[in-house]
Amino acid sequence: MCGIVGLLLKKAALHGQLGELMVPMLIGMTDRGPDSAGMAVFTSPLPQARRKVSLYSALTDQGAGYDWQRLIDDLNDDLHLHAGVIIKANHAVITFDGAVAPVTTWIKAHAPKLHALSAGRTMDVYKDIGKPAQVAERYAFTQLTGSHLVGHTRMATESAVTPDRAHPFTAGEDFCLVHNGSLSNPNAVRRMLEPLGIRFDTDNDTEAACRFLEWRLREGDSLPTALQRGFEALDGFYTFLIGTPVELALIRDPFACKPAVVAETDDYVAIASEFRSLAHLPGVKHAHVFEPAPERVYIWKR
Amino acid sequence: MEALSFDLARDTVRQVNQRLHAGGAELSGREVRIFNPDGAHNIAVGLNAPVHVTVYGHAGYYAAGMNCHASVLIEGSASTGVAENMMSGRVHVKGFASNAAGASAHGGLLVIEGDAGLRCGISLKGGDIVVGGSVGSFSGFMAQAGRIVICGDAGDALGDSLYEAVIYVQGTIASLGADARIEPLGDADITAVRELLAAAGLNHDANHFKRVASARSLYHWNADAEQEY
Repeated sequence: MCGIVGLLLKKAALHGQLGELMVPMLIGMTDRGPDSAGMAVFTSPLPQARRKVSLYSALTDQGAGYDWQRLIDDLNDDLHLHAGVIIKANHAVITFDGAVAPVTTWIKAHAPKLHALSAGRTMDVYKDIGKPAQVAERYAFTQLTGSHLVGHTRMATESAVTPDRAHPFTAGEDFCLVHNGSLSNPNAVRRMLEPLGIRFDTDNDTEAACRFLEWRLREGDSLPTALQRGFEALDGFYTFLIGTPVELALIRDPFACKPAVVAETDDYVAIASEFRSLAHLPGVKHAHVFEPAPERVYIWKR
Repeated sequence: MEALSFDLARDTVRQVNQRLHAGGAELSGREVRIFNPDGAHNIAVGLNAPVHVTVYGHAGYYAAGMNCHASVLIEGSASTGVAENMMSGRVHVKGFASNAAGASAHGGLLVIEGDAGLRCGISLKGGDIVVGGSVGSFSGFMAQAGRIVICGDAGDALGDSLYEAVIYVQGTIASLGADARIEPLGDADITAVRELLAAAGLNHDANHFKRVASARSLYHWNADAEQEY
């Protein structure tokens, strides 16, 4: 079992409240996912040539006491960058001019135990083991701002309880996915993708879905087409929430084995595994509340 | 008699249910109001007295499960397993219901004014279900007794492996399940649908429904059938 939440704010004036509105949604899914939690939040994009990479240090020997400044100094010296860093507990977001690949390759070579959580221009990712309320407090989720987010509370069934196996999973740039359910063919998907040069970070089933869909988008599929292909390629039980810089998407498997409910008002689209995570939202008593149908693509744009 | 009110913003579901279970004869005919359900699970499960419960909002999993004698009205939607294994009484959902609504209900009437999710009335054992909207796939799966009236459309595999329950559908049927077939609508069927619609407070013409029942070809092992799959 797991819990998923998604929130898209339709009015720019509300973007400052994104974290505040979301935290009770995430904590409301604690019963469904008490072992880990995570969040991908979509902020205003960086300028065209700038990129950011979210990193996680708790798997290193120094843990939360990681010397980020030294890493940045070395990175800047070696790659002739002017990268900056913002630190939150054991997470750091590094921002720089230029492409992502040289930076992540350098980090992998010089600090192999650092885990790269995400890369891109708009998306920040935070995830860790612990109860949702603890994770929310560790990374000050109430202070998050932005247009939309996807979040997850995990009760692991398919792979170990570790920070890198928590959701959201990311692939490429500014693409993320959270999953309630379990896939039955993740290894087949993986065997199809790996010969194409697509690398996996974990043995988690959800990562296969995330990398499959991001690969389809990179191959030129629109998001609806990629998700439609997902129905063919991904076998198992799932409700997926998918985030891109401009979209929040949802699909459920044909048997609707895993729950989802949507509440929509003039101000927001809010999604959760169960209504109890939506009950606190302003105006929800008059919201259009519905259960998304199985095997249908739902996409909301910011 | 004054209504008994609970507020789930303050009271726990366990407190509410224990109060309703302990009430016995004292609760007979009593109005019970439950405010701020906010999707909580197990609201008003296991009731065993002729009380009238109104839930003002959206209910979570298994609302009014195992209901006996009580009449439960849910003003909002109901999540998975509403009125599962109901024995008697009535459960009425004003909004939509999620998967497995009325699963294995032995008696009573479940009314869903909106749509019902997948597997509505799965393994129905004698209860009646009236759905104002449409139902999802695998509804009526292995239903043994009772009736399901669907005013909208039905999803795939309707009535798969059906026993003696009968399903009436006004709209389209995406596909019938194994051993389910459409049969002529007789006078007794029209009367039954009319009565169930009236009981549900829904206004449709009973003549416009199709009758889906078991072809009974799965009842007995057929040694001559192709056994390779």
